Amino acid sequence: MIEWNWLDKTLLKEVMKIINSKNYWKANLKIVLILLFFWFLASFGAGILFSDLLDKIKLGGFNLGFWFAQQGAILVFVFLIVVYCILMNRLDRKYRADKN
Amino acid sequence: MDLQILTYLMAGASFALYIGIAIWSKASSTNEFYVAGGGVHPVANGMATAADWMSAASFISMAGIISFMGKDGSVYLMGWTGGYVLLALLLAPYLRKFGKFTVPDFIGDRYYSKLARFVAVLCLIFVSFTYIAGQMRGVGIVFSRFLEVDINTGVIIGMAIVFIYAVLGGMKGITYTQVAQYCVLIFAYMVPAIFISILITGNPIPQLGFGSKIISEDIYLLDKLNNVLNDLGFNNYTDSTKSKIDVFCITGALMAGTAGLPHVIVRFFTVPKVRDARASAGWALLFIAILYTTAPAVSSFSRLNFINTINNSSYESTPVWFKNWEDIGLISWSDKNKDGIIQYAPGNSLNPVKPIFSDQRGINGERIVSNELTKNKNEIYIDRDIMVLANPEIANLPNWVIALVASGALAAALSTAAGLLLVISSSISHDLMKKIFRPSITDKQELFLARLSAAIAIGVAGVFGIYPPAFVAQVVAFAFGLAASSIFPALIMGIFSKRVNSSGAIIGMVSGLLFTSSYIIFFKFISPDLNFSDNWFLGISPEGIGVVGMVINFTFAMVISFFTKSPPEHIIKLIDNIRAPE
Repeated sequence: MIEWNWLDKTLLKEVMKIINSKNYWKANLKIVLILLFFWFLASFGAGILFSDLLDKIKLGGFNLGFWFAQQGAILVFVFLIVVYCILMNRLDRKYRADKN
Repeated sequence: MDLQILTYLMAGASFALYIGIAIWSKASSTNEFYVAGGGVHPVANGMATAADWMSAASFISMAGIISFMGKDGSVYLMGWTGGYVLLALLLAPYLRKFGKFTVPDFIGDRYYSKLARFVAVLCLIFVSFTYIAGQMRGVGIVFSRFLEVDINTGVIIGMAIVFIYAVLGGMKGITYTQVAQYCVLIFAYMVPAIFISILITGNPIPQLGFGSKIISEDIYLLDKLNNVLNDLGFNNYTDSTKSKIDVFCITGALMAGTAGLPHVIVRFFTVPKVRDARASAGWALLFIAILYTTAPAVSSFSRLNFINTINNSSYESTPVWFKNWEDIGLISWSDKNKDGIIQYAPGNSLNPVKPIFSDQRGINGERIVSNELTKNKNEIYIDRDIMVLANPEIANLPNWVIALVASGALAAALSTAAGLLLVISSSISHDLMKKIFRPSITDKQELFLARLSAAIAIGVAGVFGIYPPAFVAQVVAFAFGLAASSIFPALIMGIFSKRVNSSGAIIGMVSGLLFTSSYIIFFKFISPDLNFSDNWFLGISPEGIGVVGMVINFTFAMVISFFTKSPPEHIIKLIDNIRAPE
C-alpha cells in the first residue's frame, strides 16, 4: 500500500509539472503577443503607417505622428518592457506557488 | 581656462578612472573574462548595456543625421530602441536561462552542429569588425579636433586604453568601466542639450523644449524651423519624403538587427537570474531612452541655430568654430556668386559631395576646393558628424561644456569598441578553439587565448582607425542587415520552435546572409550609380533589405526542417528547459 501511494504521488507530481509548464509557456506567449501588438502599433503604426493621418492632430508644438516617430514610440517601448517584467514576475510567483 | 587644457584634464581624468576600475576588477577565470562571473546587478548591467550599445554613431552622428533628415531620421530613433523590446520579450530571458558564454554557444548547442556554430562565428566577426571601424573613426575625429593631436596618435592612445581594460579585465573590467562611461556620456550629452533648450525655448527639459514656443516669439520651435527651411527652399522638417515601404523596412531591419547584435546579447549572460535579465533589458532601454529622446530635440535646435548663425552672414564674421571645423576639413564654403556672403540652400554644393581641399586660400580666407561646383545656390558643405560636437560652440556655451562633450564622445566610442572586442575575442578563443578545433585546452590556456585574441583584435581595429576604409558609412547598413538576416532568426527559431533542425537553421542563415550581402554589395559597391528607388526590389533600399533577408531565412529554415528529421530528444529537453521558469 505504502509503495502504491508513493508511486501515485510522484506520478501525479510529474503530470502536474508537465501541465504546469505547458500552462506557464502558454501564459508567457500570451503576454508576449499582446505586448508585441502594442509595440507594432506605437512604432510601425503610429510612427509610420498612420503617421501622416496623425500629423493632422496637434500636441502642443508637435504634429502627433511626428511626435510618435521621434519621442512617443520610445516612451511606449520603455513602458512595455516595464509591464512585461511585472507580468512575468507575477507569473513566476504564481507558478512557484502552484508547484509547492 | 584654455579649451585645450580643459579637454586634456577632463579626458585624462576619465581615462584614469577607467584604468583604475580595470585594475580593481581584473578577471581571473574564463567565466569572469566572458561573462563577468555572472554576478552583475541588473541596474549596473542596464547602464553597461546602454554604454555598450550607444556608440560614437549614437553620440556623435545620430542627432546630426536627423538634423538634416527631419522626420525621415525617425527610422534610427525607433529602430535602435524598438529592438530592445524584441530583445527583452523574445531573447534575453531565454538565452540567460540557457546560460553559457557566447551567442554561437547557443546556436551551436541548439542546432547540435559545429557547422552552425562556425557560421554564427563568421556572422559575428563580420558584424563586429564593421562596427569597430566606426568607433575608431569617432575617436580619431574627437582627438584631432579637441586635443589637436594627429588622428593616428589619437587612435593609438584610444587603443592603449581599451587594451588595458579589455585585455586585463575581460567582461568584468568592461562591465564596470562601461557603468562609469555611461555616467560620463549621458552627463556630457544632457548638459549642452539643457543649456541650448533654455537658450532657445526657456524650457530646461529638452524633450519638452522640442515642442515649445521660441523664447520671446509667439511661434512653436518646429513651426519656426519649417518656415525657415521653406524660405530657403527645403521641405518641411516635420514631413516625411521617403516611401512608406522603405521607412517600414529600414526600421524593421534596424530593430531586428539591434536584437541580433552579439555584443548586446552577451551582456544578458552576465546577470545572476532570468528575472534579472528581463529587468536589465528594461533598465538598459530606460538609460538609452534618456539620450534617444534628447537627440531629436538637439537635432531641431542645432539645425535652427546653424541656419541662423551661418546663412547670409559674411565669411569674415563667422565664429571661430566654423573656421576650426573648416581647417579639419569637415566644413567647406565655396563662394559661388562672389559676394563674400554664405548662402545655404537645398542640394549638394560640390561634386563629388565631399570636399577635396587644395592648399590655397580664397580672397576671403576660405579653403579652396578642387571639386566641381554644382549649379544650385548652396555654398556650404557640412559633415553631419560635427553637429553634436559643434553644437555647444554654435550656441556659445562655456569651454568646460565643450570639453565635457569631447570626453563623452570618447566614452561612447571606447565603451562600444571594448564590448565589440570582447565578443570577437571570446568567439575566437571559446567557439573556434575550445569548441571546434582544440577541445582539449585547459581553462587557463583558454583564458590566455582569449587575452591574446583580444589583443590581436585591438590591433586590427587600430589599423581600421589609422587607415579608415573609405566605405565605413556604407558598411553600417551591412552590420544591421546581416545581424537581422542571419543571427536574429536563428535565435528566435531556436527558442520558439521545436521543429527547426540543424540543416534548416544552417541553410536559413546562409541564404539570408547571401541574399542580404549580395543585395548590399551590388548597390553599394558594384553599381552605386543604380542605387535609387526605381531599381530597388519592391522599392526597398539596401539599408532596409535585411527585413527581406530575414523573411528568406525564416522561410527556408522552416520549409527544409519540415521535410527533414526532427531534432533529437535531448534538444527537445533543452528547449523545454529554457522555456521553463527558474
